[in-house]
Amino acid sequence: MQTNTARAAPHIPGEEGLWVLVLGDMMVFSLFFLTFTYYRGQEAALFAQSQKAMNQYCGIINTVLLLTSSWFVANALNAARAGMGARAQRLFSLAGLCGLGFVLVKIFEYSGKFHAGITITTNDFFMFYFMFTGIHLVHVLIGLAVLSYAHRRAGRAVLQPADLSALECCAIFWHLVDFLWIVLFAIFYLMK
Amino acid sequence: MHSILFTRPTAVWLFLLFLTALSVALAHDGLPELAQHIVTISVIVIAFLKVRLVGLEFMELRTAPLPLRAVFETWVTLVCLGILLLYLFPALF
Repeated sequence: MQTNTARAAPHIPGEEGLWVLVLGDMMVFSLFFLTFTYYRGQEAALFAQSQKAMNQYCGIINTVLLLTSSWFVANALNAARAGMGARAQRLFSLAGLCGLGFVLVKIFEYSGKFHAGITITTNDFFMFYFMFTGIHLVHVLIGLAVLSYAHRRAGRAVLQPADLSALECCAIFWHLVDFLWIVLFAIFYLMK
Repeated sequence: MHSILFTRPTAVWLFLLFLTALSVALAHDGLPELAQHIVTISVIVIAFLKVRLVGLEFMELRTAPLPLRAVFETWVTLVCLGILLLYLFPALF
């Protein structure tokens, strides 16, 4: 009876404590987004000119990679809930591969900038670009470690509620990484 | 494989890819100022629509307790509006 009552009530995905971290991170990134847009308004010509040096293909590929990895993670969680641990593991691996792809594309993009003589000190646009996407890249790297943990945890013979809750936490962190990139992509690559 | 392809997350993922393609197709250089403003407003609104979809569907906030969902939805709305205000009226700040 207790179980039925618990299922009928709205479910907090993951753990309450994790949401403090997630919402805190969202607040920090919202300051990044607003700061960038403020300075963009103050130096519109410089920002428009600098944006032309951005490799839009890298941004598009990375967006598709993160959206696809999120899709894999959502399906992995559903598989784990259905008791299909091995399938969940495979899906977490595929999500991790997409995440690795994101890192490789970012390294390629950064190196292209460095070869063109563009660095964090070039101007305000590139200072924000390297700072904010760099901090986001650290999130991706942490996310990869989180996905690796999820892969291991999903491999347990029988998945208990505590395992599922841990997997939910891992999934939430990865989706956070995904949606922060969605806004970074819009403001750095697409905003005109 | 069938059970992965015909799921709600798959529909959401495909819609997210469509929205990405739409915003990339909209974002052109060399447009008149008014058109550029319309494009940027569209790109920002689409981005936050995508964020909301990821939150509600993938992070499962759709079925979360109302206060948690409300905090997320408020964040999405306020940050989106904040960016649009700073973009449209830079002289005010």
